[in-house]
Amino acid sequence: MADEQRRGGGRGRGGARNAASGDKGPGQRRSLFRRRKVCKFCSEKIDYIDYKDVRMLMPFLPDRGKILPRRISGVCAPHQRALQTAIKRARQLALVPYVAD
Amino acid sequence: MSTARQYELVYVVSPDATDQDVADLHAQVEAIIARIGGELVKSENWGRRKMAYEIGPHREGVYVLELINGSGELMKELERRLRVSEKILRYLVVRVDEELHAAERARSRRKVRTGPPAGDGTGTADNDDRDEAEV
Repeated sequence: MADEQRRGGGRGRGGARNAASGDKGPGQRRSLFRRRKVCKFCSEKIDYIDYKDVRMLMPFLPDRGKILPRRISGVCAPHQRALQTAIKRARQLALVPYVAD
Repeated sequence: MSTARQYELVYVVSPDATDQDVADLHAQVEAIIARIGGELVKSENWGRRKMAYEIGPHREGVYVLELINGSGELMKELERRLRVSEKILRYLVVRVDEELHAAERARSRRKVRTGPPAGDGTGTADNDDRDEAEV
């Protein structure tokens, strides 16, 4: 009891130790419950991301109107670049919002 | 070589414009193409649609798409005319030949990779399995 109370001041150390032991876990099994993200354009074999196709762009523009980062959407880098230009073109024509509230 | 370029022109006409105005604008575009030299490949009127944000006082616009084979000078003149016209809310010119060729190339490359047996579905299934195994 007394020992534990005294070590309360050194909680940081205890926490650090816990994190260290926790590190082993994620290293092995972090992606166990996470679904693997697949690039939509690769899997559906879309070669040309058309700025005129609003229906295709909308899933990548959440409520705020910002372009969805690929760390969330899982789109591969080449397709994200193509998607980016398509969205920016569509924005110029007011097909898709710059900002939305 | 310079005439091998393909452009996509989209312009948004003010919703106040009548069908006749839209037709006139299209006729103007055609006239400029005929004068400077070029080819109108396709013309599409998407009609009136709601815009994603207001441009001036307008909440909707009439969208017209023209697919044009022509030179840069032709597009320059078209842009100048569109900029001057008060009925035009927005326009966008995009050179598409290179992008379409790149898409075509990607398509043919994939055809080679998946091989002659028409197993498109099985091919992707194999890929998916392998990806999951890596994780």
